[in-house]
Amino acid sequence: MTASMATSRASGRGSTTGRDGSMAASSARVAAMNGASAPFIALEQVEMMFGTHRVVDQLDLTITRGEFVSLLGPSGSGKTTILMLLAGFLQPTAGSICLGGKRIDHLPPHRRDMGVVFQNYALFPHMSVADNVAFPLRMRRVGREEIEQRVTRALDMVQLQHLRDRRPAMLSGGQQQRIALARALVFEPSVVLMDEPLGALDKQLREQMQLDIRDLHRRLGLTIVFVTHDQGEALTMSDRIAVFNRGRIEQIGSPTEIYDRPASRFVAEFIGETNLMAGKVTTTGPDGSLIRLDSGEDMAASAADWPAAGNEALLSVRPENVTVQPVGTARRTERVNIMQAKVADSVYQGDHLRLHLDCGQRRMIARLDRQVADYAVGTQVDVVFQADNCRVIPT
Amino acid sequence: MKAAKIVFGLLAVTFLMAPLVTILPLAFTSSDLLSYPIRSFSLRWFEELMISDAWRMSIVNSLVIGAGATLLATVLGTLVSLGLRRSFAFSGILKSALLLPMVVPAVILGVGMQITFIQLGLVNTHVGVIIAHTVVALPFVIVSVSGSLAGIDMRVERAAMSLGANPLRVFGHVTLPLMLPGVLSGAVLAFATSLDEVVLTLFVAGPNQRTLARQMFSSIRENISPAIAAAAFVIIVGTVVVAGLVLLFRAAAQRQKPSTVTV
Ligand SMILES: Nc1ncnc2c1ncn2[C@@H]1O[C@H](COP(=O)(O)OP(=O)(O)O)[C@@H](O)[C@H]1O
Ligand SMILES: [Mg+2]
Repeated sequence: MTASMATSRASGRGSTTGRDGSMAASSARVAAMNGASAPFIALEQVEMMFGTHRVVDQLDLTITRGEFVSLLGPSGSGKTTILMLLAGFLQPTAGSICLGGKRIDHLPPHRRDMGVVFQNYALFPHMSVADNVAFPLRMRRVGREEIEQRVTRALDMVQLQHLRDRRPAMLSGGQQQRIALARALVFEPSVVLMDEPLGALDKQLREQMQLDIRDLHRRLGLTIVFVTHDQGEALTMSDRIAVFNRGRIEQIGSPTEIYDRPASRFVAEFIGETNLMAGKVTTTGPDGSLIRLDSGEDMAASAADWPAAGNEALLSVRPENVTVQPVGTARRTERVNIMQAKVADSVYQGDHLRLHLDCGQRRMIARLDRQVADYAVGTQVDVVFQADNCRVIPT
Repeated sequence: MKAAKIVFGLLAVTFLMAPLVTILPLAFTSSDLLSYPIRSFSLRWFEELMISDAWRMSIVNSLVIGAGATLLATVLGTLVSLGLRRSFAFSGILKSALLLPMVVPAVILGVGMQITFIQLGLVNTHVGVIIAHTVVALPFVIVSVSGSLAGIDMRVERAAMSLGANPLRVFGHVTLPLMLPGVLSGAVLAFATSLDEVVLTLFVAGPNQRTLARQMFSSIRENISPAIAAAAFVIIVGTVVVAGLVLLFRAAAQRQKPSTVTV
C-alpha cells in the first residue's frame, strides 16, 4: 500500500528523481508480490527536516542483502544525515525505514544491530585496542573465551594483532581506521554503515583500504552503506551508487550506468569530467536521438526517450571518448559526430595527454593516449566522437 | 623575550607563595607569639591542636562538613552538568543562576541563608552548614565537570550506542570514565572551598559546628597564637595530599592497562 502511494507521489514530479523513485518503488512492490527476496533495507518517502531546513527530501531507497551501496554527493547534500537515520541517531520527520521487512524507525540505535564506522573513527580513547574491539561483544554478553577468540580473529583480519594493547591515541590514522572497522565487524552486524571512513587517509593508504574493504565485503557477504564525496572511491568500490544532490537522489545505478549514462547535468559533472553542449532535442527513439546544438550543428546521440523532442537539453561526452584527427581526414556518418577545432593547449599528464580544443565559441577537452602523435598548439584538427558515447541529458 | 617570561613567572609565583612561606614556618615555633624570629623549633602547637577541645572539635567538624558538602556538591554538580550538556530553553539562564554563588558576595548569601535556615530550623545544625557549603562549592564542580564533558566527542558515545550499549551502559562504560577527571577535580575544589569557607559559616553555624577556618578566624581576634599557623599547615597539607591523590589516580588511569581482555 505504501509502495503504491510512493509511486503515485513520486511520479507526480516530472524529474529524474521521480522517475528513478517510481521505478525503485514499483520493483520493490513486484518483489514483495512475488514473495521473492524482498529488499533488505527499504527507505520509503523518508524526509528529514531540521527546523525549516529540508535536509532529506522524500527519499526512496532500497538495498538488497549483501549489496555495497555508496551514497555519493557533495558536502552538505545530506549523506551523513541519511546514515544517522539508518543508525537510529535521528528520527525521520516523515516516511518509514525497514530492515529485513520490519520497521525500525522506532528502534533505538543499540537495538538496530548495525556496525557504524564514523568519519573520525570515534574509538574509545580510554580503552586499549583490544577492549575497543571487544566492546560490542561485551554489550551482547558474549562469554569471555569467545570474546578473546573473536577479538583475536578481528584484529588478524585488519592485521593489527601486534597493537592490541595500545591506546587509540598512540596509533596512526590508518591504524585507527582499521580498528574502527574491526570493531564494527566483530559482532557480525546485519548492516555496516560507513561515513567517509577513508577521508583522512593519504592517497596510497586510501587506495589500499578501498581494496581491503571491498575484499571484506565479498568475503563476509556484508551489506554495506558507504558514504563518500569521492567519486573515484564510489566507482571503485560499489555495486550501486546513489548520487545525492540537496537531499535527493539524482540517480542511482551501477558505477558504469552512472558514469556512462548520467541522467542529469549534475551527475554528468559530479562524476568525472565531461563536455557539455547546449541544444534542443529534434528526434528521440530506440535507435538513437538527434540534438541540434545552439551553434546550429546536428549531433547524433545514444538512444533516449527523454527529454522529449522539442525540449532544451545538453549533449554530454566524456573527454576519453573524444578523439582528434588531422584536419580533413574525418568522415561524418550517422553514428559519428565530427567538429572542426583548433588546439588551444596541450597538457602532458604522464599516462595521457589532455587537449584543450577551441570549437568556435565552445571549448572541449579530449583525453588522448600518449602514443597518439602530438598536436602543436594552434593546429587545426577534426574532433571525432561516436554517437553511442553521447548522452542527451535534461538541462 | 624568554627571559622576560621567566622573570614574570617567578614574580607571579613569589606573589602567590609569599604569604604561605611567611606563615607556615611559624607553625613550628616554640614561642608563644605568632612572630619572627623563630628562636627554636617545636611541635607544641600541633600538640595544642590535638589537645585543645576547641581545635580538635573544629578539625573533626571541618572533615565531617567538608566530606558532606563535597559529596553533595559533586553528585549534584555532576547531575546538573549532565543535564545542561544539551542546550534547551533557558538552559543558559539556568546555568548562570547556578554559577551565581561564585559572584554574589558571601555576606549577602550568608544573610539570606540565615533567614531561610531559621525558617526551616536548619540554623546551628551540621546539615545546615553542609547545605551552605554545598551552595558555594557547586559552581566549582559544575565548571569542572562541564569542562570535561565538553571535551567528550559525542560521536564516541554514539559509537557505543550503535555497538549495542543501552543508554545506561553508554554512561557507565564511556561517559563516566571520560568525565571522571573533571568530577575528581571538581570534588577537590569543592572540598577546598568548604575547608576555607568562613563567612557563610559565621551566619549559619552555631558553636557546635565550628569549622577549622572559623576557629582560626575567632582565635585571631581572641589571642594570636601560633596554633593558627599550625592549623593553616594542617589545612594546606590536607589539600595538597588530596590533590596529589587525584593526580596520582589520573596518572594511573592514563597509564596503559595490561593486555588481557577483561570482561
Ligand atoms: N543536527 C542538525 N541540525 C541542523 N542542521 C543540520 C544538522 N545536521 C545536519 N544539518 C544540515 O543538513 C545538511 C546536510 O548535512 P549532512 O547530512 O552532514 O551532509 P553531508 O554528510 O552530505 O555533508 C547540511 O546543510 C547541514 O547543515
Ligand atoms: Mg558528512
